[in-house]
Amino acid sequence: MQDDNKRFVERDRDWHPPAYAPGYKTSVARSPSQALVSLQTSSVSELTGPDFRQLRIGPHDNDLLMNFREDPALAGAAGLPVGERIILFGRVVDQFGKPVPHTLVEMWQANAGGRYRHKKDGYLAPLDPNFGGVGRCLTDEQGWYRFRTIKPGPYPWGNGINTWRPAHIHVSVMGPSISTRLITQMYFEGDPLIPLCPIVQTLKDPEAVETMIGRLDMARSRPMDCLAYRFDLVVRGELQTYFENQ
Amino acid sequence: MRQPNSQPCSELMLRETASQTAGPYVHIGLALDVAGLPERDEEIWSRMAKPEAEGEHIEVIGTVIDGNGDPVRDALLEAWQADASGWYQPAFDLQKAFNSFGRTATTAEGNSEWSLTTIKPGSVARGDGKVMAPHINLAIFARGINIHLQTRLYFEDEVEANAACPVLGAIESPTRRQTLIAKREEVDGKVRYRFDIRLQGEGETVFFDF
Repeated sequence: MQDDNKRFVERDRDWHPPAYAPGYKTSVARSPSQALVSLQTSSVSELTGPDFRQLRIGPHDNDLLMNFREDPALAGAAGLPVGERIILFGRVVDQFGKPVPHTLVEMWQANAGGRYRHKKDGYLAPLDPNFGGVGRCLTDEQGWYRFRTIKPGPYPWGNGINTWRPAHIHVSVMGPSISTRLITQMYFEGDPLIPLCPIVQTLKDPEAVETMIGRLDMARSRPMDCLAYRFDLVVRGELQTYFENQ
Repeated sequence: MRQPNSQPCSELMLRETASQTAGPYVHIGLALDVAGLPERDEEIWSRMAKPEAEGEHIEVIGTVIDGNGDPVRDALLEAWQADASGWYQPAFDLQKAFNSFGRTATTAEGNSEWSLTTIKPGSVARGDGKVMAPHINLAIFARGINIHLQTRLYFEDEVEANAACPVLGAIESPTRRQTLIAKREEVDGKVRYRFDIRLQGEGETVFFDF
């Protein structure tokens, strides 16, 4: 058999947000009402996943200050996006603290005014001609990833009469198999909008919210250049199955 | 050293990072062309098989329908499937004729269908010796979906293999099993399978936990 002498720590579905979370109104009609069917015997279908080491990743794919520059010939401050310059970095580890090397981390975000470069976003804050809002990279041998970007702005949305999303960056990680696949959002430490957000509130456990908070890291900030936020990603732990179940 | 934003669930283990919805603008990150962004040198997208790939070439198409019966126009799907011989090909490489992984999205306009260009996968053996019928693993992400939904697409014309599949057999309700069977169509001489995903209510698709 192909790679099926392992399994992953069971996903704790009370830790993650439930499908039906009425405070986040869009979830009401998009949540299954039937129970999930648990696969008791894992198979290669769930224990494997794509390895992106051969994907051609461009030199600025993880640098959002540079990857949408209107005119690539510009130098210095000309053609840079508006906003607080930040480094977003962290480590992808599994639940046992084992680094996850060479895994794909993707991210997307609004610009400094809280506007997304998307056909469907009509918020009145302007687009930034020098900001696209997408990044990707592979983790290194020790599981580290890094992006350079600007801090996104908060923005209003139509869930309630006056609801605002805290500043956030969407982060997507593959991990070693499709069982570890995860998409989350990183929020910024200390943002007063975090506890007010209906999407954050889909989580029942305040400690689960803590896993989504990027921490200011002054040691890795660059003097006279940019602040750094550290955001580690923990994916499901991988276990070896040493004994045949017979 | 403890991870700064992680939470221990015991002395020996950390908690998984919590999931959040991919939101309405998921395309900016994972489907640039759909968002209206210029594509990079290489993108992960829906053409999983090139013409020279071995196997039966098929298109897989479908909608995602919400609990009101309306199409979900901002869903992103990820596919993971074996090759025609029943082997997963983990090394993703756009130079290869076939990739086991692909992405697609429903559209804002028209019928709001997602589609994949691929080959029909072979049967896949499980560790316990049982054989799973040909299938494509699908993950669904969207605004309003707090943690992605996982399902499997099976093929209508694999009657015997489907009847023997231990995963289909693990679904207690025979009626619900049918929600995982894609319908075969022939359009302009090409084979196409239709798989509509119903998130909630009548005919709700089976979603898995694994």
